[in-house]
Amino acid sequence: MSQNIDRTHRTFVSYIDKSREFYAAHGYERPYQWAYHEEVPFQPLTRPLAASRVGVVTTSSLYTPDRPEHWPRTKAKESFALELEHLPSRMYTDDLSWDKEATHTNDRESFLPIDRLRGWVAEGRIGSVAPRVYGVPTDYSQRRTHELDAPKIVEWAKEDEVDVALLVPL
Amino acid sequence: MCHQTVSLVARHLELAGIPTVVIGSGRDIVEQCGVPRFLFMDFPLGNPIGRPGDPEMQKQCLGLAFDLFENASMPRTTVQTPFVWSGDHGWRERYMRVDDSNREALARLGEERRNAQRMAKNDGRARSA
Repeated sequence: MSQNIDRTHRTFVSYIDKSREFYAAHGYERPYQWAYHEEVPFQPLTRPLAASRVGVVTTSSLYTPDRPEHWPRTKAKESFALELEHLPSRMYTDDLSWDKEATHTNDRESFLPIDRLRGWVAEGRIGSVAPRVYGVPTDYSQRRTHELDAPKIVEWAKEDEVDVALLVPL
Repeated sequence: MCHQTVSLVARHLELAGIPTVVIGSGRDIVEQCGVPRFLFMDFPLGNPIGRPGDPEMQKQCLGLAFDLFENASMPRTTVQTPFVWSGDHGWRERYMRVDDSNREALARLGEERRNAQRMAKNDGRARSA
């Protein structure tokens, strides 16, 4: 049985509406202008998934439990490409906007499914997993994403001969 | 904001010839930005691949993402997973709630944050999430 579902509104959460009201309550006078495009690119698969190399893009970052004081906005965040063998079992997510009341991010696979992808390589569903995972810093500035971070992710994915990419925001 | 950032990156990857699927829970942000393929997980923000500690759900979710690579024939294809977070949908209302109980506290937090941002800017640490 579904409880507390408000059928007078769309059922899925509008984060654009919520965040506008939330930050207005914080005293920010100008609402954020979200990205909007009329045209959307579409690249069909170039080869079967069973022969494709899969790259993953995450908005989480490297977790440093012994030095957490180094993370929260004390230095510039940069995009990164991290070799899978160096991927920690936990990622740092505390600086991101996710529902910290309803859930947690202690299970890395719930947002960065590298182990599952490796399993699918073994099963033959996909060809391989890219040797690096790509991290992109969440940024209010769309210009910085366009000019700094997205080109780096594309460059790394090309270097690693990625055929298809999964992008998993928190 | 994570959803907007990766949606922009997805567009860059597509233009570079790399097909993409975005898997996320912020449907309006992704669809407003416009991406070729989107797997929508109607969950609280944080676990777009599936409930923590539920590998079977995570496996099925990822399977749907790969189905999307194979089956989507046009941009702006959104598929919603069949999963439900809980019979209690109260999380939808509670997240980023603004009401009389927290209005003053939020205004105070905003002021503190603006002060911190001004200081960070003066120190050359402007970039923030």
